[in-house]
Amino acid sequence: MTAADPRDAVLEHIPALRAFARSLTKDAVRADDLVQECMVKAIGNFEKFREGTNLRAWLFTILRNAFYSERRKAVRESEDPEGEIVGALAVKPDHDGRLQMSEFNIAFQKLKAEHREALTLIGALGLSYEEAAEACEVAIGTMKSRTNRARKELAQLMQLDDDKPTELTDSQTLSIVNQSGHM
Amino acid sequence: MPADEPVEKRSDDLIDENLKKAFSETLDEGVPDRFKDLLAQLKQAAPQKPSEEPEK
Repeated sequence: MTAADPRDAVLEHIPALRAFARSLTKDAVRADDLVQECMVKAIGNFEKFREGTNLRAWLFTILRNAFYSERRKAVRESEDPEGEIVGALAVKPDHDGRLQMSEFNIAFQKLKAEHREALTLIGALGLSYEEAAEACEVAIGTMKSRTNRARKELAQLMQLDDDKPTELTDSQTLSIVNQSGHM
Repeated sequence: MPADEPVEKRSDDLIDENLKKAFSETLDEGVPDRFKDLLAQLKQAAPQKPSEEPEK
């Protein structure tokens, strides 16, 4: 009998791993190198993966650890890589409520790494809190509060959280989203 | 009318839509050959251990 090689299942997670790697590295080339490193480590240690547990979370953990161990080495001399949060450069929608994709990206890049990570995993890639917590090796409660704080910070950066009710109607919101898709 | 809808909720939705858009390009690219080839190489270098499935 030719049972499917369980390692083949790694492939179906490559798109999400690439997306996560781009979020971490902010660089498409480095991201794919990181995914490659992740694959080498995952296949090399595949006997440590317990079948029936969450392969996606396991792969994300490997990728994440590879990224941070590399970065720890690189970062020692650079100053405060985590501290570059919430700059003064808030991105405000135009009068007509336009908010460009690039402006969203700029705001997103300003988030702390752990916040960007939480939003990428949960908001963009659709992981559950539990799965994301496993991937990042933190408690579920920590992941939830990171996600909430990340949303708040991003809303602040995008000026979506004024005390007064936002002037955007739902249809305007939708049109912003639709416009940004054409970027 | 959605005037009563909490601002937070609408802003969360907007954020999620933008997040999905931001990564959709990468996700839509599927699996580049580079990674398919790499998996094939890695599998070849370490053949699957025939332990877990009992022989039929």
